[in-house]
Amino acid sequence: MIAHNSMQMLETNGRDVHLPVMNNAPPAPPGAGDGVDTTRRALLQRAIAGAGGLAALFGSGSLLTAEIARAEAASVLDGADGPPANHLERMLADLDRALQKPMEQRKWVMVIDLQKCTGCKACTVSCVAENNLPPGVVYRPVIEEEIGEFPNVRRRFIPRPCMQCDNPPCTPVCPVSATYKRPDGIVQIDYDVCIGCRYCIAACPYNARTADFGEYYNADTPEIMDYETRPNFEYGREWKREPGRHASPIGNARKCHFCLHRIENGMLPACVTTCLGGATYFGDYNDNNSLVHELVGSTRVMRLKEELGTEPKVYYLV
Amino acid sequence: MQRVLKAVGFVVWVALLLWGLSGVNQRLFGGRELANYGSYVPWGLWVSSYIYFIGLSAGAFLLSSLIYVFHIQALKPIGRLALFTAALTLLMALLSIWFDLGHMWRNYEVFTRPNFTSMMAWMVWLYSAYFLLILAELWFELRCDLAALADRGGVMGPIYRVLALGWRCPKTPEQAEACHLQSVRVMRVLGALGVPLAIAFHGGVGALFATLPARPYWHSAIFPIMFLTGALVSGGALILALTAMNRVVAGEEKRRILTTISRLVLGLLIFDIILEWAEFSIPMWYGVGHENTLLREVLFGEYWYVFWIFHVLLGSVIPIALLATRPGRPLAAGVAGGLIALTFLAVRLNIVIPGLITPQLEGLQSAYVDNRLRFEYVPSLFEWSVVAFIVALALGLFMLGVRYLPLRSHTATA
Ligand code: SF4
Ligand code: SF4
Repeated sequence: MIAHNSMQMLETNGRDVHLPVMNNAPPAPPGAGDGVDTTRRALLQRAIAGAGGLAALFGSGSLLTAEIARAEAASVLDGADGPPANHLERMLADLDRALQKPMEQRKWVMVIDLQKCTGCKACTVSCVAENNLPPGVVYRPVIEEEIGEFPNVRRRFIPRPCMQCDNPPCTPVCPVSATYKRPDGIVQIDYDVCIGCRYCIAACPYNARTADFGEYYNADTPEIMDYETRPNFEYGREWKREPGRHASPIGNARKCHFCLHRIENGMLPACVTTCLGGATYFGDYNDNNSLVHELVGSTRVMRLKEELGTEPKVYYLV
Repeated sequence: MQRVLKAVGFVVWVALLLWGLSGVNQRLFGGRELANYGSYVPWGLWVSSYIYFIGLSAGAFLLSSLIYVFHIQALKPIGRLALFTAALTLLMALLSIWFDLGHMWRNYEVFTRPNFTSMMAWMVWLYSAYFLLILAELWFELRCDLAALADRGGVMGPIYRVLALGWRCPKTPEQAEACHLQSVRVMRVLGALGVPLAIAFHGGVGALFATLPARPYWHSAIFPIMFLTGALVSGGALILALTAMNRVVAGEEKRRILTTISRLVLGLLIFDIILEWAEFSIPMWYGVGHENTLLREVLFGEYWYVFWIFHVLLGSVIPIALLATRPGRPLAAGVAGGLIALTFLAVRLNIVIPGLITPQLEGLQSAYVDNRLRFEYVPSLFEWSVVAFIVALALGLFMLGVRYLPLRSHTATA
C-alpha cells in the first residue's frame, strides 16, 4: 500500500518527478469523466499533440498512432466524448512508441484494475499456453478473496504476475548471477546459467517464482500430447521440451517476464490481450502519454507489500 | 553378543546402502518427480540435511581446533577422529546440496560466474576453502604415520602411499622429530585459519536464511548465532558418541575424554536452549504478530512432535539428564551424544520448512491447484532414500577409516 499522502519518487525520462499519491480518496475509475478537471484535460491535449509530432518525427505509423492515441486518451479520460475506443489499440500504439526508444529508456509497467477483473482466469490460462508451462509452474495465478459476511459478501480477484520489482530481492541472492534486472526493468532469468538452487524462489516476497520439475500433465497417460512438448519462446529463444531430456528450462526457476518475446515484437503480453474484463494494462511508464502512465496517476492505485521497498512495477487499481 | 551386533549392523548398513543406491539412481537418471518439495515449498529434506551435516562438520572441526590450536591436552587423543569426522560430514553436506540442485552439473558456475552479493555464493566459496583446509590438515597430521604404514608394504602399502601423496618420512630420528614439530606448527597455523573460516561459513549458512526480508521466520539477527551454537552442540555430540562407540581411545583415558566432552556439550546445549528460548519467547510473548503464528505452528501445529518429541525430549531432556549424571560412562555418553546428534535434524527441519509453508499472499494456496503448488511438505521416501545413501556412504567410509587409518593421535609431544 502506498501510505496516505506519501510522495512517490518516479523516474520519468531521466527527470525525477514527485507524485503525491493519496490512498483514501474516493474511487474514480478511468472512463468515468467526472473526476477530471479542465487543466488536466488541457495538459493532456497538449501532450497528445506532442506525441503526434514526435511520432511523425520518428515516422512509424505516425499519423495513425497519433490518431489512436488521441481517441484513446479522450475516451479514457472523458468517457462520453468521442468514439468508445479500444484500449488494446491504444496500448499497441504505446508499445510501438516505446520500441522506438533505446531499451534503457523504457520502463515496462502493468496496471491491473481489480474493479474490472471478473476472476475468469483467462490470463492464467493464456499464459500457460503462451509459455507452455508444465505442472508446478504458474506465472499469473488469480487470487480469490471473499470479503464480508452474508448477505453483504463480495468477491475480489487479484491476478498476481511477477511484480518486476524495481528493487528486486530475488536477483542479488542468485549465486551465479543467472537472474538480473534488464535495463528496461524486466527481471530476467538466464535459463542456460541457472543451477536450480531455488534461492530466488525463497527470496521472492510474492511467491512469483516457481520451479520446473520437468513434469508433464499427460505423464500417467499413454501419450504425452504434442501441446506439452511444443517449444516455448521465452526471452526470444526457442526452448525445446522433450520427455526424458533434462534441458533448460527444466530444472530452472521460472517466472513471468511480461512476455518479453512478444513485446519486443510489438505484441502485448498474452494476459493483456486475453483479459476478458479489460482489466490488465501494459505499457511504458517513461512515456507520459501512455495509457499506463495515465492509470498509475489514479487515486485508486496501490502496490503489493509496498512496505518492503521492492518497488513493484505492477500497479493495482482498487 | 558383540558378533551378533556386528552382523546385524552390517546387514542394516547393506540395506541402507541398497535403498540409498536406488534413490540415487532415480535422482541421477530419473529426476525429481518423486520429491515432495515443489514450487511454493522449494526446499525440503535435502536442504535441511545439508545444513544439518554441515553443522556437524563445523562443530567437529571447531572441537578439533581446541586440540590443534589451543592445545587442550586432555582431548589430544581424539584430534584426528574429530578432523576425520569433520571431513566426512562435510562430504555428506556437499552431496546433500548437490542432489538438491536443479542442474547438478552446473555447480562450477558458482566459481566461474561469481555473484558477490549472494550469501549462497559466499557460503560455497567459504566451504570450498574449508574443505581444502581440512584435507591439508588431515594430510599434515597423518603423513608420517601413513608413510610409515606405506613402508611396511603389503596389500595396503601402495594405498597408504597414495593417501600420503607419496610423502616419505625422514630416516634419522632427529630429522623425524624436526618433521613432526613442523607438522605441529603447520597444524596450529591451519587450525588457526580454520577457526574463523568455520565460524564464517557456518554463520554464513545461517545468514543465507536470515538475510531474506521476504521470510520473517528467518529474518532475524539471532539466526547465524544459533546456527553456530547448533553446530557446536551437534558436532560436539557426534564426536562424543563416536568416541564412546569405538576403540580409538580406551580405558581410563576414554573415561577422561568422555567426561570432558560431555561437560562441553552439556554447557553448549544449555546455552543453545537459552538462545532458543529467546528465539521463541520474544516474537510469541504477546501472542500477536506474523512470527507468532508461525512459531505456534511449530509448537502446536500438525508437526508438533518434531519439536516436542525429537528436539525437546530425545534431543534435550534425556541427553541433559544423562550428561549431567553419568558423564564418563561410555554407554550413557554414547547414547546422549548420539541422541543429540541424530535429533538435530529435527531442529534443522524446523528451521527450513516452517519458513516456507505460509503463502506470501493469502489466497495463493487455492489460486492455482497443482501438486507442486502446495504450502505443505513432508519428505517423500525417495528423498529419505537419497539421504540414506549419503549416510550409508559416510558410515562405510568412517568404518574403513577407523579400521585402516592411523586415527589415534600420538600423545608423546605436543
Ligand atoms: S515479484 Fe518476485 S520474482 Fe518478481 S521481481 Fe519481485 S522479487 Fe523478483
Ligand atoms: S534458482 Fe537459478 S536463478 Fe534462482 S537463485 Fe538459483 S541459480 Fe539463480
